Amino acid sequence: MRWRMVKAVVRIDLYRLFKTKDYWIPLVILGSMFFVFLPILLLGSLNLIARSPTIAQLADIVGALPDAVQANIRGESPAARAAYGVSVYLLAPIAIVVPLTISSAVGSNAIVGEREKGTGEYLAHSPLTVKEIYIAKLLGSLIPGYLAGIVGFAMYAVVVNVLVGSLVGGWFFPTPGWIILVLWVIPPFITIALALILRISARVRSSAAASQASSLVTLPVILMSYGIATGLIYSPVASAAIVGLVAWIIAAILLVTGSKSIKRERLLGVSAEA
Amino acid sequence: MNNSMTPAITFTSVRKTFGDVVALDSVDFSAPKGSVTVLLGPNGAGKTTTVRLTTGAMIPDSGVVTVLGLDPQIHGDEVRARVGVVPPKPAFYDQISGWDNLQFAAAIFEADESMALEAAKRFEIEDALGQDVGGYSTGMRTRLALARAVLHDPEVLMLDEPTAGLDPESARSVLELIGEMAGRGRTIVMCTHLLHEAQGIADQLVLLEEGTVEAAGSPRDLIRRYMSNPIVIIDAEDRSMLRAAAELDGVLSVRYDGAAHLTVDSIDRTSDIVTELVKRGARLTRVEPLDPTLEDLYFEIQRVHRRSQ
Repeated sequence: MRWRMVKAVVRIDLYRLFKTKDYWIPLVILGSMFFVFLPILLLGSLNLIARSPTIAQLADIVGALPDAVQANIRGESPAARAAYGVSVYLLAPIAIVVPLTISSAVGSNAIVGEREKGTGEYLAHSPLTVKEIYIAKLLGSLIPGYLAGIVGFAMYAVVVNVLVGSLVGGWFFPTPGWIILVLWVIPPFITIALALILRISARVRSSAAASQASSLVTLPVILMSYGIATGLIYSPVASAAIVGLVAWIIAAILLVTGSKSIKRERLLGVSAEA
Repeated sequence: MNNSMTPAITFTSVRKTFGDVVALDSVDFSAPKGSVTVLLGPNGAGKTTTVRLTTGAMIPDSGVVTVLGLDPQIHGDEVRARVGVVPPKPAFYDQISGWDNLQFAAAIFEADESMALEAAKRFEIEDALGQDVGGYSTGMRTRLALARAVLHDPEVLMLDEPTAGLDPESARSVLELIGEMAGRGRTIVMCTHLLHEAQGIADQLVLLEEGTVEAAGSPRDLIRRYMSNPIVIIDAEDRSMLRAAAELDGVLSVRYDGAAHLTVDSIDRTSDIVTELVKRGARLTRVEPLDPTLEDLYFEIQRVHRRSQ
């Protein structure tokens, strides 16, 4: 693997994405909604309705969590415990939904987009191996989603610490569970989804078809990862580490088989198949 | 065998199909090192497929392709690193600048950025490098494609319809590039259906028709093979008087293209034919032995093949 060449492809893909505002502005709005506006709305509302029955209901939900989880919940008042519970446990899955959605949107277009524009012909005649192109396209799709996840995660941390920190005795976020989720579990899940999506992108004949077909892959992976992420937040850190490891192994297998499944001819224009 | 006779590219019994469509069938030809080989043929003749097979971007169904002594199927990376390609419709990343596109090409061909700038200057595109390629004209895109194809100083340059849509000045700079690179010992393969472009630059012609090679060789050899009998062009004030030429001794065939193009068994017959036509009342305005052009050759080969079929 000639990483200098791979880096060149990744860099130009990211630069092109950056220059295509119509493409990334909706993705930024999506990330902002999940990581900033939704938490502000929910947690801000909790502050405003601290004495309402809704808080009591939320406190009941938090109270129904396992004892091990309850022991970690900070705050003295029901409102504080409810806010902490919502911040750390109920909103956890957004950390995986947003990067997966963004990476899938970018990845579905990664190979078929080159074919449609004709730039795939240039790549096909270049010294890059198919494996190098595949890895570059994967990284070029993974990085925007993951970066959005990290930035969103940081913004989310600021939001919840500002809104909830004063209620629970200081800044409390991120918790160890969140850190391992973001740094160890989310990347392989995005990789698994992308490994499958890139295969689709190399097989279909248009970007529109790629988007449609990719959603068939993305949705189950999002649902699966949503469930796993939720579970991991409640589990000991060791469980998350093991789940992450298994996900990495699956991702590695899919990467190896995925890079072999793509033929160089698939980079050429659609007319080459006529 | 001297260097110029060593083949840079050889196709041996190469066949390529797309479903039921046969793109190439039993194609044999070789392009000697340091020569200019022109693949001539109408659209759909198999020229682009030939280029794609040469770099290993496509794999033949059967037959053998070698480039610089290597099999592109096995040593594709090495072959592609030593070959430059200008596709028929050069595509770029339109939303970024010409310089960004060239930098990208330099990175994947492991060339210095100074070489990219040099290539841009060579095709007089350096002033536009800061603009996004989406705003380039067809001529500018082709110049950028040429710069991109040669920035790593390839040993083999493949140009697929490189002058399509170009203004005369840009087209001329393409033909100059071909001459200049061939002069430096580089091997050039140019696909075109424009006969006048091939005239004068082709060391070797490969005529493709419906995926098969109709003829291959140097223009001189092909002229000797297909146009062994001399042609004399004769015109007259009253062209109807030229009809009699077909009956004269030594005239093998006549083609009327305004003037009469007489294929004769020997150029020495010319004076007898002129004397006879004048005796029959023709007032001749032109008598000229034809120096065959590629166009003449091309249509003669087509005629011979149609007749043999």
